[in-house]
Amino acid sequence: MYRWLLCFRYLKTRYIALASIISVTLGVATLIVVNSVMSGFAAEMHERLHGLASDIMIECHATGGMPDPEAHLREIERICGADIVGASVSVNVPGMLGIEYNGQQLGRHVSLIGLDPKTYDRVSDFGKYLLHPENQKNASFQLRDDGYAPGRQELEQSGWEHRRRRVAHDRAMAKEREMMEELRRKASGQSAKPAAEAIADQSNDAAAAPSMGGVFSEELLEGSEGELPAEVDPMTEQFPGIILGISTCSVRSRNADGEVVDFYYAQPGDDVRMIFPNASTDTKVINQKFTVVDLYESGMSEYDSTFAFVRLDQLQEFRGMVDPATGVRSVTTIQLKLAEGADLNAVRDALRRRFPPDMYAYNIQTWRDLQGPLLSAVRLETTILNILLFLIIAVAGFGILATFFMIVVEKTRDIGTLKALGASGRGVMSIFLSYGLLLGFVGSGAGLIGGLLFVDNINSIAGLVESATGQEVFDPTVYYFTEIPTIVHPFTLVWVMLGAVGIAVLASVLPAMRAARMHPVQALRFE
Amino acid sequence: MNRPIVLAARGLKKSYHKDRIDVPVLRGVDVKVQQGLVTALVGRSGSGKSTLMHLLATLDRPDEGEVRFQGRRIDNASRATRDRYRNRDLGIIFQFYHLLPELTAIENVLAPAMIGQSVWSYFASRRENRCRAEAMLDRVGLLHRSSHRPCEMSGGEMQRVAIARALMTDPKLLLADEPTGNLDTETGQEILRLLNELNENDGLTILMITHDDEIAASADVCWRMQDGLIQSQDAEERRRPVRARRSSPETDPASPIGTNAA
Ligand SMILES: Nc1ncnc2c1ncn2[C@@H]1O[C@H](COP(=O)(O)OP(=O)(O)OP(=O)(O)O)[C@@H](O)[C@H]1O
Ligand SMILES: [Mg+2]
Repeated sequence: MYRWLLCFRYLKTRYIALASIISVTLGVATLIVVNSVMSGFAAEMHERLHGLASDIMIECHATGGMPDPEAHLREIERICGADIVGASVSVNVPGMLGIEYNGQQLGRHVSLIGLDPKTYDRVSDFGKYLLHPENQKNASFQLRDDGYAPGRQELEQSGWEHRRRRVAHDRAMAKEREMMEELRRKASGQSAKPAAEAIADQSNDAAAAPSMGGVFSEELLEGSEGELPAEVDPMTEQFPGIILGISTCSVRSRNADGEVVDFYYAQPGDDVRMIFPNASTDTKVINQKFTVVDLYESGMSEYDSTFAFVRLDQLQEFRGMVDPATGVRSVTTIQLKLAEGADLNAVRDALRRRFPPDMYAYNIQTWRDLQGPLLSAVRLETTILNILLFLIIAVAGFGILATFFMIVVEKTRDIGTLKALGASGRGVMSIFLSYGLLLGFVGSGAGLIGGLLFVDNINSIAGLVESATGQEVFDPTVYYFTEIPTIVHPFTLVWVMLGAVGIAVLASVLPAMRAARMHPVQALRFE
Repeated sequence: MNRPIVLAARGLKKSYHKDRIDVPVLRGVDVKVQQGLVTALVGRSGSGKSTLMHLLATLDRPDEGEVRFQGRRIDNASRATRDRYRNRDLGIIFQFYHLLPELTAIENVLAPAMIGQSVWSYFASRRENRCRAEAMLDRVGLLHRSSHRPCEMSGGEMQRVAIARALMTDPKLLLADEPTGNLDTETGQEILRLLNELNENDGLTILMITHDDEIAASADVCWRMQDGLIQSQDAEERRRPVRARRSSPETDPASPIGTNAA
């Protein structure tokens, strides 16, 4: 009884102890904020990663891919049909994207994916990251008139309008150049057959149909005049549609006023060049023109800067993945969507048993396997941060220890008095232990409340900091989230609280033991 | 008159060791505290009076000898027994009051009850405890100060609160280590008067350390500590005149009591 009375009184009168507990409070608050933000980020990232990557991915390493995907799907259905709710096949090839900009060729290596928008959306999020609102509902590889990305000034004119204006501009420029050339030729008295035209013919071949030949470096350097064969009128027609990851064709930066601006090298309506290998064993490079029909912005910079999507059937034809005799098509990738709660690893292992690596050059992975390094990096980061912050609380624990020793020394005479009045050593010890407990509760409770309040208002706090310092806390050029995502796990709160209270109690054990061992006579004689 | 012995010590020896030098303080003390009497313990400063009292209160252990309370040996009893003995059977007051500064007067008086009882039994008898504490404070004339902190009280008031605290558990024996040592003459007299009243009206047995011969002379029994031994144990016949004198304290000539211990 007296223990609680006394430790409550000590709490009320010893502000120095409260000062020593502030570090615990801060530590707890920081831990809560950090954990909430980290798990908010992690959850957001998981969601995106998982949305982008289907549950299970079967990749074929052969350049020709796996023939007859329908047979594969039937087999997969047979093995683990119960768990599978969606499947999609696609062709993934490495490619090089060429964007013509201001007369220069911008090169970029991308992962070219041939997909069927309907089935692809069943296994992973695809449509919802496209810019055009119609494409979000129903992805199409046809260029749309306008209405791309409402609210983005830079893309206001994207679509057919942009295409027509650019083509007209290009034609005027070409005419101008031709005239200049003519003048130059006249001046030097050369033959009338321009060398450039021959090359232009070649590139038109490449544009119109999949070409198997040609040295692509030359093509890249020179085959980019943008002249079209007679049968494609750029004013009214388009090349096969391609959807580019937004970062493959744009840069994001800040202007002088510190506003975020995007600059697009290519936008819906522009033509780009894709260079990729064909599927035959005698590998050749295919150089194909595509028309950008939309942009893809998932918020995952890794995806946005590497993906380019085209239609599956077109890519299969370009790469020669259709058996001319039977018409059977090949794919490189099968993606599966599993039912809610299905065991990813079990399905993966079953599939691995059916398609063993010594017979099939298949790589069967779950999305977690695919993103393993990233996920484990985030986990490691969270763990290390937690350890560091707990070390801070432990340091605070030493502060409590020192303060408690001081208090015990200061209270020596009272301890002697209590013992003279019949208090046991254990009773005296429990005064200081419960004092530590109480301080731990007060400190970590204040930290808990502060941390939760902080997390709750983290976005407005970020806004305040922004307006006070002029420094953007959450830089949209770096992050694609507009708000700081936070998730508070009650379990985390419990163990942070327990940890902090535990450290406070542990820190009070030694001083409490000293108080308990104190000799009553010496304590009474203490001045 | 043959009174029962409340507390007895036999052959008590105690020496302090400091840097391998033995400082013998008690060299075989035999004492008996008789029930209902005021016993004074006098002696030079440093002669070992406090040491003896600590041994009697089991706050310390003798090197040799034994202490018996109501016939039972307690100096080597278990910790819990000794704690209970100090809590229930003894009331102790000190020269420097030793009140707990965080607690109010009434809480200080309640402290022994809180220490001696478990939380549940304390709560169960909370009302009685409080009544008793108030009665004790009233007994020392400080009921109106019950919510004051020790730092808001004078020395004499604090000592009275300490007496109330010592009486809280209705002890068989009150040990007082220079209860007036830190007070001026007048206030010291008040405290002594209070103690004598308690002795007379309630039959409280008191063992009091003092430096004042006047006080010693007015006690029923007087022990004199010298060279680690109790030298003289005054005869009982001194009680008669003392009682007569004590009954009219107003006429008592001002005596130089309460001068601080050197
Ligand atoms: N912890 C200790 N270590 C060594 N010597 C001690 C210790 N405590 C007390 N002493 C010695 O024991 C002797 C007796 O001390 P004690 O306090 O009992 O004397 P006292 O009679 O109460 O004196 P006073 O009248 O001044 O209170 C003193 O000489 C003191 O120096
Ligand atoms: Mg003394």
